[in-house]
Amino acid sequence: MMAAAPSWEAVTVGTALATSMAAYALFAGADFGGGIWDLAAGSSARGRRARDAIDASVTPVWEGNQVWIVLGLVLLWTGFPSAFAAITIALLVPLAASALGLVLRGVGFAFGHEAIHPAGKRLTGALFATSSLVAPFFLGTAVGAVVTGRIPLSSHGLDNAAWTTPTALVTGGLFVAACAFIGAVYLVGDARRRGHDDLVPYFGRRAILGGLVTGVLAAVNLALLHGSAPYVFRRLTGVALPLMIVSVLAGGAAVALILLRRQWLLRIFGALSVAAVVAAWGLAQYPYLFPTSLGVAEAAAPDTSQLAEIVVIGMAAVLVVPSFAYLYWLQQHGRLKHDSASVQLRRAARAEDRPPAPAAAGRFPRLLTGVIVVVAAIQMVLERRRRHYS
Amino acid sequence: MTAHVLAASVIPARAQMGATLGFHIVFACFGIAMPAIVLIAHWRGLRRGDAVSLLLARRWSKVMAVLFAVGAVSGTVLSYELGLLWPGLMSVFGPAFGIPFSAEAIWFFVEAIFTAIYLYGWRRLPPWLHWWTGVPLVISGLLGAFSVVAANAWMNQPSGFTLDHGRITHVDPWAVIFNKATPYEVPHMILAAYMVAGFTIAGVYAVGLLRGRRDRYHRLGFIYSFATAAVCAPIQVVFGDFVARAIEAQQPQKFAAMELVSRTHPGVTEWIGGIYWHGHVYFGIGIPDFDSLLVGYSPHKTVIGWDAVPASLRAPLPDLIHLSFDLMIGLGMLLLVLGAWQGWFALFRRRLLMTRWFLLPAALAGLAAITAMEAGWIVTEVGRQPWVVYGYLRTADAVTPSAGVPVMLGVVLVLYAILTAVVIGVPALMARRWRREDPGREPDRASIPGPPPEMADSRERG
Repeated sequence: MMAAAPSWEAVTVGTALATSMAAYALFAGADFGGGIWDLAAGSSARGRRARDAIDASVTPVWEGNQVWIVLGLVLLWTGFPSAFAAITIALLVPLAASALGLVLRGVGFAFGHEAIHPAGKRLTGALFATSSLVAPFFLGTAVGAVVTGRIPLSSHGLDNAAWTTPTALVTGGLFVAACAFIGAVYLVGDARRRGHDDLVPYFGRRAILGGLVTGVLAAVNLALLHGSAPYVFRRLTGVALPLMIVSVLAGGAAVALILLRRQWLLRIFGALSVAAVVAAWGLAQYPYLFPTSLGVAEAAAPDTSQLAEIVVIGMAAVLVVPSFAYLYWLQQHGRLKHDSASVQLRRAARAEDRPPAPAAAGRFPRLLTGVIVVVAAIQMVLERRRRHYS
Repeated sequence: MTAHVLAASVIPARAQMGATLGFHIVFACFGIAMPAIVLIAHWRGLRRGDAVSLLLARRWSKVMAVLFAVGAVSGTVLSYELGLLWPGLMSVFGPAFGIPFSAEAIWFFVEAIFTAIYLYGWRRLPPWLHWWTGVPLVISGLLGAFSVVAANAWMNQPSGFTLDHGRITHVDPWAVIFNKATPYEVPHMILAAYMVAGFTIAGVYAVGLLRGRRDRYHRLGFIYSFATAAVCAPIQVVFGDFVARAIEAQQPQKFAAMELVSRTHPGVTEWIGGIYWHGHVYFGIGIPDFDSLLVGYSPHKTVIGWDAVPASLRAPLPDLIHLSFDLMIGLGMLLLVLGAWQGWFALFRRRLLMTRWFLLPAALAGLAAITAMEAGWIVTEVGRQPWVVYGYLRTADAVTPSAGVPVMLGVVLVLYAILTAVVIGVPALMARRWRREDPGREPDRASIPGPPPEMADSRERG
């Protein structure tokens, strides 16, 4: 049975959804990859240079990169509300796990820059790195559950069988490997830009490793899809085949460029290989949101809602894309750095400091007196306790 | 029968939603209002070549980034929860309710991007260009607040959609965004956000001043934030009066609970405090006819009581709603007085009031502002019950049938424990480092082991 053809509005919103997923895979994926290589960088002393390079590359941009998934989320929930409800109910466990991964990653990051003791730094670094592995894996299993059409339409609760099929688990692994690949490619470029000549081959080797593992897992996944998602398999090897070929060729070109030690178009090829796979996935699912139980047309909100979403997409194109490009331009030109207030500024601030005017006792409204006495009593008790403990 | 089965999970789901929202809204306030306070200090610093103001802006921008990150995380969790806990709301009303949320995604994006540029651009961007990269934060904060609060306003006054056999068939996006409750809910919340952020930051410096750190750094840090919040307080009080009258007209059941009006009649008594019990209000101060006077400018105005509808359609827990309402108003008035007190000195005596008697309540003003805002949200949200979409969908019919709510509750509790640790821990670590870095503060530096302040920069990563 073929689903009804969806309206152009629904197709536009669906395409924007796939595009924001691709952007998430490219940009946030590179950050996750950085975290994965941080995890694999070895002992504190040995991995220090690599970790510092990863930190400098990821720090200014990771938060903006995370918003791509929020954009995808709101497009899904306004454009295709019933699909959103079905996914969130059935896939509570992997979604919650990936969300927890994202949170812990942010926590590790925030504390990492403030931690003083080496042990604290190691702990927060480990938190950041481990959650970089957890978040893409569980997102991958959720996508695997959608691709294999295992999401029940009238959900009555958690469905842990949906995301633990071999296909879904391999998809999770594939996501991790792809992140590692794209992250390493990105770091090769950054290392060359900063003139860290020893780190160029270091990340280059890792990019090649990541690329090979990604290729192998993608092949395994395709073979599994033959059995678990025949519709998607047929489309991937049919109408979406050119995109698959583009992805393989671009990935191969990126690996070849690293071997040849060329920087030229390296990131473009790396990005193309990931983006083409996401596009192929979207095309292979069409016209279904859940192959083959829920069509885009059935799940779509009324066309006027879709039009409002198209306006939102237009706003994203006008407001977000230039801002995002500006952020990356500044970062790539070394204008964004994590640093604390300079010693000079602090000295100047100190020098400007004049003694305060002698404080005169202010008159206060009588109504407040009672309140303030109580407050003062509490403050005095706190003060005494503070003195006692310090 | 199903309605009763479904209703069983309403209370835990509502509790979880309330806890999440109550947590998130505090950080949302900082996301909305803190950029403006930072930019005021930054502007003064650049304009007058004032190193103290610049140092404050620079340090605040770091705290702002941490609070923004926590707000972003708890906001993302909320958007998951809307689908997880209320599939009945999302799957039916998503096409309308989701529109303002989608706009919020854009503002959130802009805010995330420019937070990064502003935070990391201190050293290498030209100073005024850097200041301007902070301006999108203020704008996107306001517009983001507009989008999200408009979504809540829509739940209170739904409009702009056609419902046909339980499915939305047509949506008018403008009517959804500019529903009848948007004009008062949005400004009320934005003003509240500025008061929460301003008074809370001022509270931190008030504590520092009370502990004897009476240098210019602490005085300026106090006054920039305190002044921003104090200016908003009188506007908020006047505006709040308008909000209450609008609610009386649009949601009489909510208003009846807010003012403990049990039966529809003219000449309604205004109760300050008090608990309703079997037809009587105990422990309250009653002002005869005053409620009618406030609502209709006449002591004979009839106010609708909760007896106008069957018990199943009344707002639950009128005492909670009423006391929260009174708490919000009382704290708002106290904050107004506090601001006016400082304003009096600044205007007529040309100096800042920094006495102990002023700083003690000022130190608690942030807590008061947060409490007032939370109380206001209790009035809005509990007062809307039993509806989730007022007049269209009951909360009990929207709740998830899933058995996974306890799992999620566990995850959310773990998450919030961690986020609370971040919110308190990271700024505390920062403040400790700043005090140690400060060249003029010998005792603090000596008391904490570590490298001398000159080396603090080289220890930084990046």
